[in-house]
Amino acid sequence: MKLGVSHKFTIVALVTILLSLAPCGAGAQEKRDLSKTQHIDSVLVVARVRPEKVIPAQVLCGKELQRLNAHSVADAIRYFSGVQIKDYGGIGGLKTINVRGMGTQHVGVFYDGIQLGNAQNGQIDLGKYSLDNMAAVTLYNGQKSSGVQSAKDYASASAVYLEARRPQFEDGKRHNLKFTFKTGSFGLANPSFLYEQKIGERMSNSLNAEFLYTTGRYKFSYVKADGYDTTAVRRNGDVRALRIENGLFGRVKNGGWRAKVYFYNSERGYPGAFVREEPGKFKHEDRQWDTNFFVQGSYNKKPTEHYRFSVNAKYAYDYLHYLSDPRLDVTTMYVNNHYYQQELYLSASHEVQLRRWWDVNLATDFQYNTLDADLVNFAYPSRFTMLGALATSMHFKHLKMQGSLLYTFVDDFTESAGAAAGNKHVFTPTFVAQYTPFEEIDLSVRAFYKRIFRMPTLNDLYYTFIGNKYLKPEYTTQYNVGVTYEKNWRHTALRHLDVSLDAYYNEVEDKIIAMPTSNQFQWTMVNLGYVEIRGVDAVLNTGFKFGRVGVDCRLTYTYQKAQDYTDKTSKYYGDQIPYIPWHSGSAVVGLNYRGWSLDYSFIYTGERYESVANIPENHALSWYTSDLALSKAFRIRESQLKVTAEVNNLLNQQYEVVQCYPMPGTNVKFIISWIL
Amino acid sequence: MRFENMMRRMAIAALSVVALVSCREDEHIVPSTPSDIDDPSKSPVYGFYLLNEGNMGSNKATLDYFDATKGRYHKNIYAERNPGVVKELGDVGNDIKIYGNKLYAVINCSHFVEVMDARTAKHIDIISIPNCRYITFKDRYAYVSSYAGPVQIDPNARLGYVAKIDTATLQVVGQCDVGYQPEEMAIVGDKLYVANSGGYRVPNYDHTVSVIDLNTFEVTKTIDVAINLHRLKADKYGQLWVSSRGDYYEVPSRTFVIDSKTDEVTDEFKLLPCSNMTICGDSLYMYSTEWNYNTQKNTISYAMVNVKSKKILTRHFITDGTDKEIIIPYGIAVHPFTREIYVTDAKDYVTPGTLYCFNPDGTKKWQVETGDIPAHMAFMRQPVEGFDE
Repeated sequence: MKLGVSHKFTIVALVTILLSLAPCGAGAQEKRDLSKTQHIDSVLVVARVRPEKVIPAQVLCGKELQRLNAHSVADAIRYFSGVQIKDYGGIGGLKTINVRGMGTQHVGVFYDGIQLGNAQNGQIDLGKYSLDNMAAVTLYNGQKSSGVQSAKDYASASAVYLEARRPQFEDGKRHNLKFTFKTGSFGLANPSFLYEQKIGERMSNSLNAEFLYTTGRYKFSYVKADGYDTTAVRRNGDVRALRIENGLFGRVKNGGWRAKVYFYNSERGYPGAFVREEPGKFKHEDRQWDTNFFVQGSYNKKPTEHYRFSVNAKYAYDYLHYLSDPRLDVTTMYVNNHYYQQELYLSASHEVQLRRWWDVNLATDFQYNTLDADLVNFAYPSRFTMLGALATSMHFKHLKMQGSLLYTFVDDFTESAGAAAGNKHVFTPTFVAQYTPFEEIDLSVRAFYKRIFRMPTLNDLYYTFIGNKYLKPEYTTQYNVGVTYEKNWRHTALRHLDVSLDAYYNEVEDKIIAMPTSNQFQWTMVNLGYVEIRGVDAVLNTGFKFGRVGVDCRLTYTYQKAQDYTDKTSKYYGDQIPYIPWHSGSAVVGLNYRGWSLDYSFIYTGERYESVANIPENHALSWYTSDLALSKAFRIRESQLKVTAEVNNLLNQQYEVVQCYPMPGTNVKFIISWIL
Repeated sequence: MRFENMMRRMAIAALSVVALVSCREDEHIVPSTPSDIDDPSKSPVYGFYLLNEGNMGSNKATLDYFDATKGRYHKNIYAERNPGVVKELGDVGNDIKIYGNKLYAVINCSHFVEVMDARTAKHIDIISIPNCRYITFKDRYAYVSSYAGPVQIDPNARLGYVAKIDTATLQVVGQCDVGYQPEEMAIVGDKLYVANSGGYRVPNYDHTVSVIDLNTFEVTKTIDVAINLHRLKADKYGQLWVSSRGDYYEVPSRTFVIDSKTDEVTDEFKLLPCSNMTICGDSLYMYSTEWNYNTQKNTISYAMVNVKSKKILTRHFITDGTDKEIIIPYGIAVHPFTREIYVTDAKDYVTPGTLYCFNPDGTKKWQVETGDIPAHMAFMRQPVEGFDE
């Protein structure tokens, strides 16, 4: 498990941006071992950590990310196997991720190595995270297994890691400057800039800012073959967002550090569910304002040959204001709520190499969250969480094994006595194994078992009129077996191939679900659900070279049978859970020729049901979208100009991901970027 | 190596799959589902419509019809009979009544009253009223309660109103402001009574019944009853039965009686929680699904009251234990001739509900699956067309 010993961290040094045609996964000739190339100063590169194959992981990085015609992280994640994105439509619509049918709150989302928190409702809106400066997006089923890692890295059923770009400089250069402007459908205006500066030999700074405005307007249609045919315009989906990030990166002897300040501020309209109404009669004007701020730092060092440590710290402040005003929209009732969240997080982890084949990782994390809101009878909760993880890994010639045990302690406090839920002590284990039978063939068989839980969120427990302080944690148990194969060629048309196939069985127990009380308008949270999920994830990456034309291709397929076994007396016992299709998949094909590149991406979501009862009334048709992008890079003296034109949803398919939230039809985007 | 060759071929085959684009199928109107559940019977009541609310934001209000003459239940008939109506019946069906030859369905979150021909369930028109809740009739007018009154300086203090609709033209001809978040209404003589809940003003619930003089269409009196009022039914003795939902913490749900002659509260039933009620002759049937935040539990109870003697006749009008199968009682009606009792179960609100029919002695006669959140019923005294086959 040692860095540089197992060739675990390989980085793909993309050629200069001018010639940045090589995809990050293609061609062994472009891969370098991080430990052997501490100074990557020859080119402006996109650094990337390739995930280990011991656990199912998928990564999109650099060029691969760019070719997806994606606005946000959520758009990119749709191309991962085993993933469903819940998308309320448009640039501003909430987008959350569900991995292998276990639910949004079981997915940890990490930004530059530290988890993004939302103690209030446990879900991260991935639509808010821009791809503008993203170097890599990685999804791990189970948990990351990379030696020295924080206890949080063990603490969710699956995890998404977002990695912002690290500054890299060409020989003799001390600055990089990049301007990008995106425009197109939905009244989009999206300028951004990146300024990277070398400070001495051991430090660099990266400043990135982005502004986004969209009217959010788009046409959509509902057509019944034997009935109505209507077209309307989505309104009040406008977004104005500003993001500023500054990162400092430094190297010390046998280690490094980084610090980041992140600021995001947005205002958006909530177009709401599209239900039957007198056409054009009412305007819906609900609005939301968000401010997210965090500052975080990491330091890691390897003082001796056999010992490494890492410390992380973070402070986050999140503000949300929701307004529904009957003076603007006669149909609505007045809601004017403000929510304030704060989070303080500290983590220290150590890795000791006991033998050449045996490592031990010990990590302890502390976290403190507060939630303040102007709600009637509000409990003003705060939560203290302590996590301790002990992990060990052994690696032999043909076999790798890892085991970890996570201890979680959670204690909640409320302002009014007796309102707080009792504290929780929980131990949860994980076992991972990988077997590589041959020396010359890169073929492995892998398996993992993981049991983990999610705490009820502060909303689940304390939201006025809804929360239930008696809630227990919601558990997931995962079993996975899989096989991976990888091969590279130097002289044939097919240059690169890697495939992985995993089959899994998951259980979700004590699932926290909303339950109605005495009427439609009052719900509460209960531990009621039990779900079993059986599925298959398949991923194939290939790279071809025909003369000067390079072709890269990525295919994914997902099968999921996710059954609700909550209520034995229900007629719908064992039915597929809402919004999980049996079949889904994606394809991305990129063609590169000199400075030109043509990218095609395809998403398929099979038929599914929008509610627990699998009856015709709840049936949703399959949908698929095709996106096409053409781009050309030019060199103008010392600078590079790149122009891209995208057409999305080429076939103008009209579909919904979430019931009553129509998605956009054919739309276009133009991107121009200038690197100095 | 053969293995590698195979993998290579697989990769190429997979690539060609990408080019494959199949044709997406058409979307169709969901047809109704008939089920034979009872023996055909004859009475002046030919059957009844049942309005399923559908969960908020899902546009899943649906209409069912029970054809008593054939003993057949037809689930989800509106879309099939009105394929040209965009987005079917709408979002949250909150009340249904038949008046004359027309069927009126109040669609709360679609902000209109859907007017249909009662004999065909075919769409005639809509009457646009934002946040409309319940409907009642007298002479040529329909009256609809709405939360969406004028906004004063404080947007939190927004009164509701009662709209007056001419049933001949289906136009709103008058509006009378009442209390906060008005719910059910009843008419005795020339007076309309409406229960004000103030449910959006927690903890400052409304606690009044507004009395509107139908001649002037103005509020003439406001009767102080109890917090968070909801149901309001008139019996044949000129009494009004009003339910208070309580505050779900300390103040329990209760039932009150108002005498329309004096417009004063005459009785308070402290131990008679009520979520919904219906009156048939001298008998008032009610159930209560009372939620309490302190215990985090629903308490379900049933009762039958004699409106003349004001005595509770029984706490168990379901006598065969079927009440234990009903998770969330949500709608109640009594057949005006056979005295059969209908109780709906909304279950978890997101799966199809169940309609139970009980004999007058409280034993189960039949049950049938409905749409989501079965809630409101209207008896039909004419045959409904279009069910022959």
